[in-house]
Amino acid sequence: MPEVKYRPNIGAPRTPANEEPAEERAHDFRPVDTGYTKADAIAEANRCLDCKKPLCMNGCPVGVHIPQFIEKIREEDWAGALATIKADNLLPSVCGRVCPQENQCEGKCILGRKGEPVAIGQLERMLGDMADEVGEAPECKPSNGKKVAIVGSGPSGIACAGELAREGFDVTVFEAFFTGGGVLTYGIPEFRLPKEIVKREIKGLEELGVHFEYNSVAGRLFDADELFNEDGFDALYLAVGAGLPRFLHVDGENLPGVYCANEYLTRTNLMKAYEFPEYDTPIRHGKNVVVFGGGNVAMDAARTALRLGAEKVTLAYRRTEAEMPARRAEIHHAKEEGVEILELCNPLRFLPGPDGFVSTIELQRMELGEPDASGRRRPIPIQDSEFAIPCDVAVTAIGTRANPFAKLCADVELNRWGLIETDENGRTSNPRVWAGGDIVTGAATVILAMGAGKKAAADIKEKLLSEEA
Amino acid sequence: MFKILKKTQFSEKVFEFRVHAPRMAKHAHAGQFLMVRINETGERVPFTFANWNPEEGWIEFIFMVVGKTTQCLSELNEGDEIQDITGPLGCPTEIEGDRVAVVGGGVGLAIAYPVARTLCEQGKKVSVIMGARNKDLLILFEQFASLPLENLFITTDDGSMGEKGVVTLPLRRLCETDSIDSCFCVGPVPMMKFSTLTCREFKIPIVASLNPIMVDGTGMCGCCRVEVGGETKFACVDGPDFDASLVDWDDLAHRQASYKAEEAASIKHHEEDCACQK
Ligand SMILES: Cc1cc2nc3c(=O)[nH]c(=O)nc-3n(C[C@H](O)[C@H](O)[C@H](O)COP(=O)(O)OP(=O)(O)OC[C@H]3O[C@@H](n4cnc5c(N)ncnc54)[C@H](O)[C@@H]3O)c2cc1C
Ligand SMILES: Cc1cc2nc3c(=O)[nH]c(=O)nc-3n(C[C@H](O)[C@H](O)[C@H](O)COP(=O)(O)OP(=O)(O)OC[C@H]3O[C@@H](n4cnc5c(N)ncnc54)[C@H](O)[C@@H]3O)c2cc1C
Ligand code: SF4
Ligand code: SF4
Ligand code: FES
Ligand SMILES: [Mg+2]
Repeated sequence: MPEVKYRPNIGAPRTPANEEPAEERAHDFRPVDTGYTKADAIAEANRCLDCKKPLCMNGCPVGVHIPQFIEKIREEDWAGALATIKADNLLPSVCGRVCPQENQCEGKCILGRKGEPVAIGQLERMLGDMADEVGEAPECKPSNGKKVAIVGSGPSGIACAGELAREGFDVTVFEAFFTGGGVLTYGIPEFRLPKEIVKREIKGLEELGVHFEYNSVAGRLFDADELFNEDGFDALYLAVGAGLPRFLHVDGENLPGVYCANEYLTRTNLMKAYEFPEYDTPIRHGKNVVVFGGGNVAMDAARTALRLGAEKVTLAYRRTEAEMPARRAEIHHAKEEGVEILELCNPLRFLPGPDGFVSTIELQRMELGEPDASGRRRPIPIQDSEFAIPCDVAVTAIGTRANPFAKLCADVELNRWGLIETDENGRTSNPRVWAGGDIVTGAATVILAMGAGKKAAADIKEKLLSEEA
Repeated sequence: MFKILKKTQFSEKVFEFRVHAPRMAKHAHAGQFLMVRINETGERVPFTFANWNPEEGWIEFIFMVVGKTTQCLSELNEGDEIQDITGPLGCPTEIEGDRVAVVGGGVGLAIAYPVARTLCEQGKKVSVIMGARNKDLLILFEQFASLPLENLFITTDDGSMGEKGVVTLPLRRLCETDSIDSCFCVGPVPMMKFSTLTCREFKIPIVASLNPIMVDGTGMCGCCRVEVGGETKFACVDGPDFDASLVDWDDLAHRQASYKAEEAASIKHHEEDCACQK
């Protein structure tokens, strides 16, 4: 039979996501989006033009072979599709959910020029979630006798560990917390990224032979010299994340009831404060919650506040919605669930009520001026525009600084922000130490952190195995 | 899992646990702390290293029962396991001067004791001032008394043991008689605040070990932030020791009280339906 040429379903609308109704989902931590069915995936795969020069791939920081995996979906070769993605991206279930697709793969998809791009993220997460059904455990090369230590079990550490384990290295991941995943576990909420998925990925690594040592704070419990000289490790990959939160430095910021998002989200996600008193960790349940920021972290905090029972959640941002760095899907979901967005304002001070907790926030109106170094228009305060709003919980989500452990772990050069200096392969100034993820780039994305882990793994492999020769 | 090798009861509400933790034993220093999560549903709470032995591979901490988590801990026994212990965290204590006053109040005595012991081991001349509301709350008296101290003063608010009054009475005397070069204090905020004022009067440097509420203990969450010299510091990574003369005490006191209502609800829930023995 002559091969039938593939004919894309031109003009078909983008297959809608299967989202839970906003008014129901906003009150508990269940997933917001239940994902594509196989039929949805095939319909969506049929929209792809199978471009000769796939622009979508240029948008993906790790170069996932998008038209190739989509073709396998059309052929209903689910295992093949998953394997195609996994060759470039170890965590499709995660990236499909959290990548800012509109700025990356989908942002470049040719279909987006006239209509809506292919839902690459949805396809990817759906395949990732099928791993138990169709996935085969990847083969590991036989042991090469080299030991690599990884500090931090966030996406960067996980990616590096997975690559190296497959190449026959003996890999140990040291993690400060009692469980793995980094921001995927303590930062991004359950309703956006179920923790079962993170657990499954970590279990997968354990099956590849990766050892996880929890409750292990590098730089305090041990340092690089000890790992090399006493424990026999040959290389070290530092993936400790960005960590330290920034503050607004305005009056009243330390009042009880004013949280930084890291604390608010860690109490909720990692420590399950929403199940207090069954779980011991408390959290303040505000009726009237105000969140400051415009990124993913701010969206997560605002939507968490709704799920903790807030009656009114306001997201205050210095610029306008158009400049918000958050994923579009998160802004959309947040608004749908009832988060109110207050644009162009900046907090001046937090004031306590009679009980000592925060009760009022004074703000100032802003207007947009000339673009700044980031290319976004700079917010400028408007004179005499102060106003006050009531609030009983405030959450600040205005970014993070360098993790202070970087310098305690190993003797590596830092830049003036305290981030680790590396070359494009993740090599630091110390010949046996590599680094990647947020501790090198500053707060960035999951896929960039993973990409860095993968690159460093390739370089570690080359370096250690050539030493042998 | 961390196995409890030995449990010692010092008084009705004060216990010491010896726990198997070889790597931690090798790296612990006086003034550093660990964080405990008893079980799956537990919170993370900090305790100071009281003692450690790298040869035998154990560490010890002393705790006073004040709420749900410490209550649950006190119900564990030798041979039981604690799910998670993370440490060492924080910076080791560094005290200048040869003659040091160590001032401890309430639960702070559990933190003051290993510091006093270490200073003695370093050959310093140590004077300890112990303070509490009453005799029953004055913990670790025998432990302090067995150290080779220059002086040991006791004050209680009600006079049920030692001198009636507050720790600044003996502290002032030490300052007035030029008997100390520096001071370390840990305890309730008012006690630390007034010790600081007393030392400042005599230009004696004073370090305070601050104990704000913590969650991660690794500088990530910002819960333990304290204002020191007009800067926001994280007690878990920048401290817990700070130059006491620069600390914003009211700020610390407010933040420590953030969860009073929840803490009361938690212990009540525990008493009604003990969930910690899972
Ligand atoms: C709330 C929130 C939402 C986000 N949403 C998105 C999103 O939708 N899409 C997206 O692409 N990105 C998102 N990001 C950003 C993304 O999560 C990060 O860029 C990414 O996790 C960085 O990965 P990492 O491996 O470098 O570090 P992390 O994920 O931060 O992991 C670092 C790990 O190292 C551990 N560690 C730190 N110090 C030590 C030490 N001394 N010893 C041992 N272990 C240590 C930490 O406990 C942690 O587990 C979000 C971030 C947050 C906080
Ligand atoms: C660096 C540091 C070292 C400490 N060392 C010791 C020690 O060696 N021995 C000892 O007995 N106690 C020590 N503490 C205090 C100890 O952590 C608290 O007593 C304990 O958390 C109380 O828990 P609970 O659930 O029993 O009581 P709760 O009823 O929950 O709390 C009682 C009080 O303890 C404080 N507290 C509660 N949760 C935390 C938390 N997560 N982190 C810090 N403080 C909290 C609050 O001020 C609260 O009002 C230390 C605290 C810090 C910050
Ligand atoms: S990894 Fe992220 S950017 Fe790359 S194709 Fe997948 S969803 Fe798109
Ligand atoms: S650019 Fe769009 S249409 Fe073209 S291959 Fe990529 S996903 Fe398919
Ligand atoms: S306890 Fe979280 S930053 Fe110190
Ligand atoms: Mg408690």
